[in-house]
Amino acid sequence: MRRPEPLIFEISKPGRKAYSLPALDVPAKSIDELLPQGELRKQPAELPEVSEVDLVRHFTRLSQLNHGVDIGFYPLGSCTMKYNPKINEYAANLPGFNRIHPYVPEDLAQGALQLMYELQYYLAEIAGMDHVSLQPAAGAHGELAGILIIRAYHRSRNDLKRTKILIPDSAHGTNPASAALAGYTVVELPTDERGGVDVEALEAAMDETVAGLMLTNPNTLGLFDENIQRIEKIVHDRGGLLYYDGANANAILGISRPGDMGFDVLHFNLHKTFGTPHGGGGPGSGPVAVKDFLEPFLPVPTVVYEDGKYRLNYDRPHTIGQMKSFYGNFLVMVKAYAYIRSLGPDGLRQASRDAVLNANYLLSRVRDYYDVPYDRYCKHEFVVAPLKIKKETGVRTLDISKRLLDYGVHPPTNYFPLIVDEALMIEPTETESKETLDYFADALIAIAKEAYEDPDKVKSAPHTTVVGRLDEAGAARNLNIRWRKPE
Amino acid sequence: MNFLPNTDKDREEMLKVIGVSSVEELFGDIPPELRFKGDLKLPPALSEFELARHMEELAAKNTAQDYVSFIGAGAYDHYIPAVVGHVLGRSEFYTAYTPYQPEISQAVLQSIYEYQTMICELTGMDAANASMYDGASAAAESVTIAAGLTRRKRALVSKTVHPETRAVISTYADARDIVVEEIDYTQGVTDVESLAAKLGDDVACVVIQQPNFFGALEPVDEISAKVKQSGAAFIVSVNPMTLGLLRPPAEYGADIVVGEGQVFGSPMAFGGPYLGILAVTHKLLRRMPGRLVGMTTDDQGNRGFVLTLQTREQHIRRERATSNICSNQALNALAAVVYLSWAGKHGLREIGEQCVQKAAYLAGKISEIDGFSLAWEAPFFNEFAIKCPVDAEQVLEALLEQNILAGYPLGRAYPELKQYLLIAVTEKRTKQEMDALVAGLEGLA
Repeated sequence: MRRPEPLIFEISKPGRKAYSLPALDVPAKSIDELLPQGELRKQPAELPEVSEVDLVRHFTRLSQLNHGVDIGFYPLGSCTMKYNPKINEYAANLPGFNRIHPYVPEDLAQGALQLMYELQYYLAEIAGMDHVSLQPAAGAHGELAGILIIRAYHRSRNDLKRTKILIPDSAHGTNPASAALAGYTVVELPTDERGGVDVEALEAAMDETVAGLMLTNPNTLGLFDENIQRIEKIVHDRGGLLYYDGANANAILGISRPGDMGFDVLHFNLHKTFGTPHGGGGPGSGPVAVKDFLEPFLPVPTVVYEDGKYRLNYDRPHTIGQMKSFYGNFLVMVKAYAYIRSLGPDGLRQASRDAVLNANYLLSRVRDYYDVPYDRYCKHEFVVAPLKIKKETGVRTLDISKRLLDYGVHPPTNYFPLIVDEALMIEPTETESKETLDYFADALIAIAKEAYEDPDKVKSAPHTTVVGRLDEAGAARNLNIRWRKPE
Repeated sequence: MNFLPNTDKDREEMLKVIGVSSVEELFGDIPPELRFKGDLKLPPALSEFELARHMEELAAKNTAQDYVSFIGAGAYDHYIPAVVGHVLGRSEFYTAYTPYQPEISQAVLQSIYEYQTMICELTGMDAANASMYDGASAAAESVTIAAGLTRRKRALVSKTVHPETRAVISTYADARDIVVEEIDYTQGVTDVESLAAKLGDDVACVVIQQPNFFGALEPVDEISAKVKQSGAAFIVSVNPMTLGLLRPPAEYGADIVVGEGQVFGSPMAFGGPYLGILAVTHKLLRRMPGRLVGMTTDDQGNRGFVLTLQTREQHIRRERATSNICSNQALNALAAVVYLSWAGKHGLREIGEQCVQKAAYLAGKISEIDGFSLAWEAPFFNEFAIKCPVDAEQVLEALLEQNILAGYPLGRAYPELKQYLLIAVTEKRTKQEMDALVAGLEGLA
């Protein structure tokens, strides 16, 4: 077991420093002359005082306590933890992308604007949509933009009675939260026995008070909704719009396009589908794409090409507005652009084909040991549950997840989707080899056996990590969310 | 180029285990008419070398990288020490995701805890979250917090708040049917009388920026007193780089502090990704959006860190969550932690002092030029507005010939300020560069 790392504050020592600054090259005045005395801080902020070597060792040792895609398998369902190509990091670090201020004249940023313009087009083509705004900073941010577009559309037609959004009970938590943030009441739709939207329930719920349906397809069970055409007709016939949550788009690149399925608006997660790193929880990027008739409502700005020049276009009188400062998470766009250029149309399709092949292979390997709530071929991910194991041994999904840590892999998403008891949601992605999948399958099978032979070993896992199971209830009860200097 | 490890032989073996003869069968549940036929109209695949060359060519077209820049206006050209890139390049950090499995995510969790501590120290607030998308969206979410707290539906936002922050506040507020009204400015700062006239018992919050968009220091005590009388929440958007030198917003009564953390180790990068800082008083802790890390112990009493108070969040609370935010800007927050550890207790103050000294020097020199003057008399930190004898766009244009980006023409966001140019300096701007700007402006006088 590795030793825990002290806090950076705990290795601080008065007088140490890592920074250096050039000597002030202008005539110095007293700060009191330049700023009102009352505005000055009386006590310095308690920031650490460390040398550069202390700093580097602290963060390097700390880093060693973390799992990442570069260390091992990370089959976190609906998160698409695929390998992040290094050339994309190189590209994003080029000074020409890195050092430019967002307010430089457009003539001096033609490369950046060209990249954004091309990326808008690529994403529209992949989605089967007509227009894209790259502004949203993450998936949930893109969802909010998309729902605000739906709201603006209905309002523009003076259709003010639509106050609800329909969302399947298998949806990501961000869907209902985004709809609520946009002022809508959320109506949950049940899932049918095949794992898709219960069409009869949709029939009953879809009326003139519903603004639209948010759907993930393939959904969080990893299943393509076979009734998508019926769903589309019901929603559109009654004046609603269809929102596509692109969190699971890794299954469909070049294979099926949301625009062709009838969706009106969608977001992509560049950090999932298009290979940009997840950064320990961000930054991501969540571009939003729409059909022609929704173009007037897109967030500003978008990039246009006119008279041989790329420029930012804010001229959209019916826009929902701006979602964040400036133009979006530009460096994430650089990486996604590089990714799409690397793979090309054939490579993208092959990525989706392999993602689906890998998921089905893994499902086949473990299906005899775990319960499979919806027994169909899956797309890029699937859900299993240790129901029999739990009943017979008391070992739960949480225990299996923690035991997987001892095998050196990241556990799947657990206890999600909410409609599956004890869910383990597994997304291997296309960048994992058969050997890696076999290792993981063998680990899941071994743990299934351990549950019977030595259940306590599983229930008390993990045994090899820097810390054991942490007291989360205690953390919330005795809240300690910042360090304080000892008196 | 692709990143697929499996060989055709692997694929065949896998298909056999699945019990199908082709991958195509796995897509059998997609109705045939919804299958995409043909090829996506995208450029063909590139090898790594071709891609590198292409990206270098695109980057080279951004000629702004070769200019000396005095543009600030919400994004600043501070020095980023090598240690920041070094730590952020550790793929244990950048190829991880949200730390849902704390036992193998202590690096991300502990670094966020350190970040939260530093933000609390700088702002004087009780609690900081793990970060928001950027300063503007943090401000927008803070208005939502205030509306929820006060159950009031009017938000007052000073016109001296960054125009893009105001735009994002409007987008979010509109969704919640919160009415946003703007407060006029006078002499480059919020007009306190105009504020007082608009305040009432239906006002959820007042949003100001310190230093404001014009770089000027606001009369925060006066403003705070008026806001407190009305029962509205006081939201202060700060440039956190100033907090090494200036007093923390908690001292003048801020209920919520937001800010753009780009200045702490994130490159300007054509506008993002940046870092949304959000910190609140204890009273607002449970209304805070986004992730929060807490210290706890494991089953053997070892110290460890976990995500905490997660019942505020969308993955638990769904439509009743405090926000829809899921991913944050963890890597930018890490950049801030590393930057602030590098600068430390004394460095942050010294960087701030250099900014103030250099800005004062440049402002003094410009105000000596015939036809140019400082726009207002309010004190400023590293940014100030000047009045030019001609349209500020012309000034910007003229200085381009000398490879200088002279500043941000305020007329773009304030039609009444067409002759005003907003100029920012950082510790990176040398006397020589500033003198060159002055010489260029003299040529226009």
